[in-house]
Amino acid sequence: MRSLFATLGVSIRQNRGFYGALAMFCIIYFFYHVLHPRGFSTNVLVANANESVALAFVAMAQAIPVLIGGLDLSVGAVMTLTACIASGLLHGSPEQIVFGMVVTVLTGTAFGFFNGLVIVLGRLQPIIVTLATGAIAMGFALLVRPSPGGRVDGDLNWALTNSLREFADVYGLADGGRADWFQPVAWVPVPLIILFGVAALVWVPFRRTVTGRTLYAIGSAEGAAYMSGLPIARAKIAAFTLAGFFAGCGGLYLAIQTSTGNADIPQAGAYTLNSIASVVLGGVSLLGGIGSAIGALIGALILRVISFYFRILAIDPLLQPLVEGIVLLLAVSLGAVRALRVKNRLELFR
Amino acid sequence: MNAIINRIKPDDFPILIAGGFVVIILLAGTAYTMTVMGTAPLLTPNYLMTQLQIGAFLGIAAIGMMMVILLGHIDLSIPWTMAAAAMMATSVGGPAAIPTGLAIGLLVGLFNGFGVAYLRIPSMIFTLGVDTVLRGLMVAHTGGYAPQTEATELMRWLASGRVLGIPNALFVWAAIALIIGVVLQRTAFGRAIYATGNKEAAAYLSGIRTRWVIVGSFVVCGLCAAAAGMLLAGYSTRAYQGMGNAYLLPSIAAVVIGGTRILGGSGRLTGTVVGVILIVLLNSVLSIMQMPEAGRQIIYGTVIVGMLLVYGRNAKITS
Amino acid sequence: MNTSLYEHPFVELNGVSKFYAGVRALEGVDFACRRGSIHAVLGENGAGKSTLIKVMAGVVSPTEGTLRVEGRACSFSGPSEAVSEGIVCVFQELSLMPDLSVADNISISDPPRRMGLIDRGAQNRRAEELLARINCEDVDPRMLVRELSLSRRQMVEIAKALGKNPKLLILDEATSALTARDVETVYRVLGELRDEGVGMLFISHRMHEVEALCDRLSVFRNGKHIETFDRGERTQDDIVKLMIGREVEHQFPPKPEPVARPAHLIVSNLAWENRLNGVDLAVGRGEIVGLGGLDGQGQKELLLALFGCLRGVKGSASIGGNNALTLSPAEAKSSARRIALVPEDRKTEGLMLPMSITDNLLAASFSRVSRGPFIDPQKAKAAVAAGIEKLRIKAGSPDAAVATLSGGNQQKVVIAKWLMTDPELILLNDPTRGIDVGTKQEIYRLMRDLADAGNAILFYSTDYAELIGCCDRVAVMYGGRIVAELQGEAITEEAIIAASLNISTARTAAIYAESGV
Repeated sequence: MRSLFATLGVSIRQNRGFYGALAMFCIIYFFYHVLHPRGFSTNVLVANANESVALAFVAMAQAIPVLIGGLDLSVGAVMTLTACIASGLLHGSPEQIVFGMVVTVLTGTAFGFFNGLVIVLGRLQPIIVTLATGAIAMGFALLVRPSPGGRVDGDLNWALTNSLREFADVYGLADGGRADWFQPVAWVPVPLIILFGVAALVWVPFRRTVTGRTLYAIGSAEGAAYMSGLPIARAKIAAFTLAGFFAGCGGLYLAIQTSTGNADIPQAGAYTLNSIASVVLGGVSLLGGIGSAIGALIGALILRVISFYFRILAIDPLLQPLVEGIVLLLAVSLGAVRALRVKNRLELFR
Repeated sequence: MNAIINRIKPDDFPILIAGGFVVIILLAGTAYTMTVMGTAPLLTPNYLMTQLQIGAFLGIAAIGMMMVILLGHIDLSIPWTMAAAAMMATSVGGPAAIPTGLAIGLLVGLFNGFGVAYLRIPSMIFTLGVDTVLRGLMVAHTGGYAPQTEATELMRWLASGRVLGIPNALFVWAAIALIIGVVLQRTAFGRAIYATGNKEAAAYLSGIRTRWVIVGSFVVCGLCAAAAGMLLAGYSTRAYQGMGNAYLLPSIAAVVIGGTRILGGSGRLTGTVVGVILIVLLNSVLSIMQMPEAGRQIIYGTVIVGMLLVYGRNAKITS
Repeated sequence: MNTSLYEHPFVELNGVSKFYAGVRALEGVDFACRRGSIHAVLGENGAGKSTLIKVMAGVVSPTEGTLRVEGRACSFSGPSEAVSEGIVCVFQELSLMPDLSVADNISISDPPRRMGLIDRGAQNRRAEELLARINCEDVDPRMLVRELSLSRRQMVEIAKALGKNPKLLILDEATSALTARDVETVYRVLGELRDEGVGMLFISHRMHEVEALCDRLSVFRNGKHIETFDRGERTQDDIVKLMIGREVEHQFPPKPEPVARPAHLIVSNLAWENRLNGVDLAVGRGEIVGLGGLDGQGQKELLLALFGCLRGVKGSASIGGNNALTLSPAEAKSSARRIALVPEDRKTEGLMLPMSITDNLLAASFSRVSRGPFIDPQKAKAAVAAGIEKLRIKAGSPDAAVATLSGGNQQKVVIAKWLMTDPELILLNDPTRGIDVGTKQEIYRLMRDLADAGNAILFYSTDYAELIGCCDRVAVMYGGRIVAELQGEAITEEAIIAASLNISTARTAAIYAESGV
């Protein structure tokens, strides 16, 4: 037990940004429910989860290139592209639906792989390459879906955007969700299971591969990573590929949730910018090497919870962007303390 | 042939390539219109003037963006700096309109510069936050509706009037380009920008006040964005929500297409101007071809990636 | 010299040369080392030791010559290939990743895996075992490297190298940052490794370390392998003679007779963090004062503090009676102080490499060639031409990028940049490092001319010969303080070395008296 606490202590000390974000999320989400006129209810939880999943996926997508000290300005566009693809494929027989899901996620992954290839082989700056490929992704999105619309299986939409009980009911599992053993978990929102499930099945194992750790090594000290003989090119391509994968997951969920695809350029841009904000709020260093995709996920949740407050507090929703911006500026200014403490000015330039 | 190539400075290669591409766009567009319509509107001065008039707003914003990219930074607050300056200018109205808008640009630039130079927060995230705050302020100010106030006479005249058949917006663009061109090449401030963008430590140790340089560049960027926003408001006769959103990415693209290094330290103003012309003409040719938005986006992105790959190979040889 | 020093060498170099941008770092080196032995490589700064081990560790490839491992000719394209041959290096500059944990760093290139995933438990155990072997049980493998002190990091670096199962372990000043207890531990481990058949190359400036540890010694001087012998074959005195060499390396301009000079810069009780611990120093007009001592004793910090780069400096410094301490280089160079600094690393701190010679030369003196806000092209052109002329910078055109110049000419650009500001106090941080002999002599000449013109010069050098040849006075630093000031005839190599090590001069003086250097 003691060693568990010791481990936790070490972890907290090393990941202040992440635990700070986690604590902030818990506090503001707790008070959200306290202040909510109807108190805590699974309906509110389900609704909140639904609104957060797409951004959370995109934030995870952004976190991975940021860990190597890069930036992916195409994540919002790739999410939009995959949502448009999904909006036309997710109907028909179960096999067809599964096929559509696979195609959607593979598209995102392939797009990310393409980004990585151009960046590594062309030796170009990620930020400007993804700025351009983001436009290409939007172009394909508009090709697929020139005007908003789409057809998504109604059962799928209902099952994946509600609690587990509804999921079981739709697909006739656990006696349609009425089995006794099922009740303790029946309230859990399906979107949260998807979100944390994908994160746990993809990111957590990836982080423990040599490629995954090379990402951190590149962001921490690329020269030392080279001296240690790590696979730098492979890791960089993997970072952008994985970013494409998570953006694809975000797009898939967005299509299921809204039952439509919409190649909305401003919306794609907003998702990209919010993903950067989420990454920073979640304790990922823009210089690379510090943080995790899970942190970015928490950052995205914080960003969403802030917007929930406007509804329950009857604050003028017009103030929402102002408050979001101020929160973001305050959060990043905390990091400035370091710059003000540096005693040797030359160290600022490294 | 080799002698000519040897005489060209490496800095000029991107400009020449981009310039060549402008010519190709014009020729391809004309070939298309000749075969389909039997006319060549792209080569008529009037048509070109109109296109460049619209391009002037992007051109001015891109000049500001170039100032910060030369330092290796970026300014993501351009969209709402444009909108905020335009909205405040129209709501104040009268002779104070333009000074008000410029004051907004100045304040935003000072604030951005402070965050980046003194607090040393990455410009990417700090200017993003400032953009969000500005949006919040403007949404709160207007109640989320399009402002009812109209652009002043002077703003409209500058944006859509013509003198000697040439749009005034072009004069404004040219004047700003000229001023910034002289600043970059002929003043201590300009040379200090290049030095700081190249190697901040070396510039600092040369006794250049690098923090002032950074603040100064962000101020110029804010002023340019404010000017672009007010012109755009003059052109549309009013300011509106999100009016600057379509200018952020093209302004970055124009700067990079023009050969400015995204990590800072090198790039020429001529390049940025050529980059803007390229983007504007590409857009207008695509719209003459009635290319759907989808095709435009794809071509747009492909052109940027393609040009970067060409420049990238260049950079490896010269460095 | 016999090329095959052993019957069965593990690594063998034949005729290896390495040039950096035309500057020779190694020349025609034949060298060999075998397993089961600790082999010391000795030499002064710039003797080529670092380049030698970089060649062997696959970090740089030799310009000429061959490298054989167990008789097979090898050419390494990167450090990982050398590691796969069993050649593992503990570098002077740490190769650790600060944001990763100790265990991650130790197993970075080949972590224990289970089902393709890194097994953190096994990795931690492995780190614990390796750390235990070097008595570092106090280091928790889960800690991040950035949380460790410098000496602990160095130990982690050693553990990391041990974890690669080296056949040849290269230690480049690996004990420089260690505490006495850790040094003892490392000695014990090196002895154990020798008994296990591991070969070791040991590079150190500490003579007693070498005597205590090594079986065999090689002396390098000026990029050449001078001699290799077994321990006990040569006396310590002989070794020192071999290291210094008898030939006179540099032609220095004659020094003026020592006279009392009016003090220009007066530093008293200067302190900063724990790197400067009360420095007292005066530099007069017309005087070249050298800063000596081992690397990292506060010399660089002293120069940076005077140039306004450090915050929280305590104590005082005055120029002509006025406060000299500032908060920025911009104020340091202003007309009130007229300080110039030629920084340590010309590539990152002195120059904007891709920019033209003109831009680099003008970078510190825009205000002198401007009329109002505008740069006057005529004035600028004249100033640039004067700078190029004065330092005899060899360049095709003032518009050429500085990156295209040789190292010596690049350094001349840095110096010319500062001379254009008409400084009165010139701070030089190792200005001749990595440049050719001809340019070095031009710089020595220039320094003397500047001093004769009434400037005060503070000159830090890692090369004792330079300090002896150039300086009117030498202040030797140790632990952030000036421990000795030498003047006139008293500036000798033995005196500087003794003061650098903060020991008495008796023994070194005896060596020198005997060798007649």
